[in-house]
Amino acid sequence: MVELYLLSIAMLAAAIVAIEIKDLLASAVAMGIVGFSVSIMFILVQAPDLAIVQIVVEVMTVIFFAAVILRTTHTDTTIGKGIKTESIFPVVTFFIFGTLFIVLAIYALKDLPVFGSPVMKVANYYIENGLNHTGAANIIAAIILDYRGYDTFGEAVVLFTSVLGVLSIMRMKGKK
Amino acid sequence: MILIIACMLLIVIGLYAVITKRNLIKIAIGFCMTEYGINLLFAFIGFKKNALAPIITKIDAPKMFVDPIPQALVLTSIVIGLGTTAVMLAMILRIYEKYKTFDINEIKKLKG
Amino acid sequence: MSGLSVIVKTVARIVAGFIFLYGGYIIVHGHLTPGGGFAGGVIVAASFILLVLAFGAAEIKEKTSYIVSSIFESLGGVMFLLVALLGLFSGVFFFTNVLPKGTPLKVLSAGIIPLCNIAIGIKVGAGLLSIFLALAASHYILKE
Repeated sequence: MVELYLLSIAMLAAAIVAIEIKDLLASAVAMGIVGFSVSIMFILVQAPDLAIVQIVVEVMTVIFFAAVILRTTHTDTTIGKGIKTESIFPVVTFFIFGTLFIVLAIYALKDLPVFGSPVMKVANYYIENGLNHTGAANIIAAIILDYRGYDTFGEAVVLFTSVLGVLSIMRMKGKK
Repeated sequence: MILIIACMLLIVIGLYAVITKRNLIKIAIGFCMTEYGINLLFAFIGFKKNALAPIITKIDAPKMFVDPIPQALVLTSIVIGLGTTAVMLAMILRIYEKYKTFDINEIKKLKG
Repeated sequence: MSGLSVIVKTVARIVAGFIFLYGGYIIVHGHLTPGGGFAGGVIVAASFILLVLAFGAAEIKEKTSYIVSSIFESLGGVMFLLVALLGLFSGVFFFTNVLPKGTPLKVLSAGIIPLCNIAIGIKVGAGLLSIFLALAASHYILKE
C-alpha cells in the first residue's frame, strides 16, 4: 500500500506543475506524467485491462497536444503580467466552491463500503456464470461484449461522431 | 479513505484550471485531468484486499476476484475521453488560425 | 511537416511491421488475456502514425490519404452492426450470442466475441489515424 501513497503524491505534484508552468510543451509532458501514474495505480489495484487502455490513450493524448502546440506558439503569454483586477473574482469564487465541494464529498463518501471490501451482489453472478454462459476466460470481455453489449455499441457511435466532428471542423474547402 | 481524498483533489485541480486560467491549452489540460481523476475514483471503489485480477487461468481454481463491473464501465469512459479531447483540440486550432493568440481576453475584445 | 534523418527512416520501416503485428495479437486474444478491441486498435493506429512522423506528410500523401482510412472506419462499424444483427435474424433477440462456444481457453471459442473485437479494432485504428492526419497535417491532406 505504500506505493499507492507515493504515486498519488507524485501525481498531484505533476498536476500542479502542468497548470502553472509557462512553457506549453512542458505542461503537455507533465500531463503525460499524470496519466502514467494513473496507469501504474491501475496495475496496483489489480486491473490490467484498464492499465493497458489508459497508457495507450494517454500517449495518444500527448501526441495530439504536441501536434497542436508545434503548429502554433510555444509559450504562454498570459502569465507574468501582474495581478489584474478582473482575475481576482474567479479565483475567490473557485476557492469557496472548492472547499464546499470537498467538505460535502467527504461527508457523502463516508457511506460507501470500506476501502477494500466491496458489496458484490451482481458481480458474484457474473463471476460464477461468466465462463459457462459465454465461453470467454476474460470476465471483463464477457461483460462488455455479452452482458452489457449496448454500452459498447453506444461507445462505437460516440467515437464515430467525434471523428466526424474533427474532420468537418478542419476542412479546407474554399480557402486559399 | 486518504486515497479517495487524493482522487477528489485531482478532480478539483482540474476544475481550477478550467475556471481560472486564461490560456486555451491550459483549459483543455484541465478537462483531461478531471477525466483521469474520475476514472481513478471508480477503480478504487471496486478494489478487494488480497484478491486477483478477474481473468480465469485454470478451470476449477477457487475464485477470489476483484469487482469487475466498475472496470467494465471505466473502459468505455477512457476512450470517450480521448474523443472529447480531440474535438476540443480541433476547435482550439481553428481559433488560433483566426485570432493568432491563445489568450481569451484578447479574443473577447477582437470582434471578427 | 518534413521528415527526419536517414537512421530514423530505416529503423521506422522495420519496427512499424512489428508494432502492427503486436496490435493484431492484442485484438485477436481479447477474450483470453487483458486488452481487447480498444487497446489493440490504438496500437495499430500508432504504427501508421510512426510512419507518417518519420517520413513526413508530403511524401506519403498517396498511401495514407484520409479517404482510405475513412472507408476502413465505416467498414468496421458496418461489420459490428452485421454481427449484432446476426442474433436478430436467427430467432432470438438483438445482439445475442449465437455462434458455438467451443472449449474454453482456446482462441476459437466464445461465440461472437472475437468478431466484435476485430470490428472494433479496425474502427478505432482507422478513426485515430484520421484524427491525427487532420490535426497535424491538414494542409497536405484535406485540400479539396
